[in-house]
Amino acid sequence: MAIAQAKLDATDARLATLSLPEGGWAEPARRDALARVQATGLPGRRDEYWKYTRPDMLTAETAAEAAIFDADEAPVFGEVDQLKLVFVDGVFDAAASDDLALDHVRIERLAEAGSADIHWARDLYGTLETAGQTPVARTLAALNTAFASDGVLIHVTGAAPKPIALVYHHADPKSDVMLHHVIRMDAGAALTLLESGPVAARCNMVMEIDVADNAAFNHVRVQGRDHERQAATHIFTRLGQESRFKSFTMTANGVMTRNECVIELTGDDASAHVAGACMGDGDFLHDDTVFITHDAVNCESRQVFKKVLRNGATGVFQGKILVKAGAQKTDGYQISQSLLLDGDSQFLAKPELEIYADDVACSHGSTSGAIDEDALFYLRARGIPHGIATDLLTLSFLAEAVEEIEDPDLAEEIVTRMEAWLARRRG
Amino acid sequence: MLEIKNLHVELEEEDKQILKGVNLTVEAGKVHAIMGPNGSGKSTLSYVLAGRDGYDVTEGSATLEGEDLLGLDPEERASLGLFLAFQYPVEIPGVGNMTFLRTAVNAQRKARGEDEMSATEFLKEIRAKAKELQIDAEMLKRPVNVGFSGGEKKRNEILQMAMLEPKMCILDETDSGLDVDAMKLVADGVNALRGAGRGFLVITHYQRLLNHIKPDVVHIMSNGRIVKTGGPELALEVEENGYGDILAEAV
Repeated sequence: MAIAQAKLDATDARLATLSLPEGGWAEPARRDALARVQATGLPGRRDEYWKYTRPDMLTAETAAEAAIFDADEAPVFGEVDQLKLVFVDGVFDAAASDDLALDHVRIERLAEAGSADIHWARDLYGTLETAGQTPVARTLAALNTAFASDGVLIHVTGAAPKPIALVYHHADPKSDVMLHHVIRMDAGAALTLLESGPVAARCNMVMEIDVADNAAFNHVRVQGRDHERQAATHIFTRLGQESRFKSFTMTANGVMTRNECVIELTGDDASAHVAGACMGDGDFLHDDTVFITHDAVNCESRQVFKKVLRNGATGVFQGKILVKAGAQKTDGYQISQSLLLDGDSQFLAKPELEIYADDVACSHGSTSGAIDEDALFYLRARGIPHGIATDLLTLSFLAEAVEEIEDPDLAEEIVTRMEAWLARRRG
Repeated sequence: MLEIKNLHVELEEEDKQILKGVNLTVEAGKVHAIMGPNGSGKSTLSYVLAGRDGYDVTEGSATLEGEDLLGLDPEERASLGLFLAFQYPVEIPGVGNMTFLRTAVNAQRKARGEDEMSATEFLKEIRAKAKELQIDAEMLKRPVNVGFSGGEKKRNEILQMAMLEPKMCILDETDSGLDVDAMKLVADGVNALRGAGRGFLVITHYQRLLNHIKPDVVHIMSNGRIVKTGGPELALEVEENGYGDILAEAV
């Protein structure tokens, strides 16, 4: 199908503002990605995959300004023993970061390692992203592969002794950032990766994670509270035999967030869990788009997405489970729910199942509702005031997503942030 | 303690009168029971007193120690000392039983201008009280009523009552869904709270709960009114002959 000229013009206008980093092992992958961007064009309003979320803010030539948010709470995960890597508006801050040294882990920066001719990341950079372009184009991710200015390359060979934390600060109201992380988990390796902060006024983030047999990757992300920030994120992962992948994202605020997660279960007995909890009010659009492909036997996948929407906020969920022929004994679960705290907010959901194997169990559910009146009365009858009772029931609604976080301390920290967000809005 | 005068209540949605002039006074330290056939208005009375939405009070009054209840929010009534043990306690996933109870205890204390209970103090109290009701530590940690058996849910209601130390307790069909052992456990819990000037209104279909919680006064409710009041022997009469004779006599 021919691409509309207007779309190509818009893509050209965006590309004209960018310059492709040259040299080193990554350049061929970058050039290839650029060619794909030019072939498909950046997402437009008429693309089916962007039916519920207008991509304009994410594809515009320049980023809309986003006021710097003065967070009045301690940094999230600040108390966790971690190896911290700090980026300010996408620029690595060595002084604020820890040494890049951790047992069983090799950590490098894309901007530095990229100039070498040979590197392990060459086989991965853009590879999972390219695979994730079928059957649906994810051109913002290709744009990122072509133009990402930095990121981290993490090679994990055993059990990492502590989490790696990527901390993103936003200091310039006009910053427009693309970061691209590549993570290679060798057989039997284990890592917890934490991400927190708004990144920039506008960010385009890609993470490619190759999880080999028996490896375990845990990911907990908290996207910053800046009200006007715009974010497009992609996670691409490929899972080997008996490997485990878990990713949880909390989003509070942000004018535009599109989090895509593309998972391919390629080894038998693998497990992938992806969960999200978002809370927003007013000028807030939050889109979770997930595509899980089962291409091996006896794999399990689980998607749990919860959205708390107030005062005209919009939530979007597009989630697909594709079970390929031969992927017998697949166990797929998907739930997406919204809690609408008033009549102005809306939730748009498109759950999809596509199954070509006959011995599978897949379930999906999507609901939209208000606070349960019976539960509210029960709490109030015990003396709990209306506002606090509503908050408790909101946390109750979010609980199933939070339970997807493996580490109880991290889960508790997330709940504390949610409580604070709700308490700030209590009348 | 609790004084209900000429209470008339309609269902908000369907313009249907449920209570047609209830008069009832529960004195401090006394246990009153209300019995009556299905649809007589017993549960409506408990909901209206606790402040549930969906009912219109068209006439009459209800006061607790002289304070008007009907104009107050449910949480204000609770802080005044009114407690309703639910017929169907609600399950609340993701909210721990302890968190819920501590929030409730401290919200009531705050509303009354009292100091909040510290975490240590609360833990000590709840452990002692839970033990009496044979509620184990595991149950305290679980989300409110989630995965609880019928008996566990009712014991959990009594635990809440014990922690909140209300002045006036309404038990709405607390015996429903309980086997004999569970009922005895619940009754023991209630009996332990008797005295200290606390009033009780026990709503039940059957006399058997009243073998364990001995009432001072028994009322028979029918068609939105109290039609007969007597001593504990009235409950025995119902058990033996059903409601038929009493209702025929009252009309």
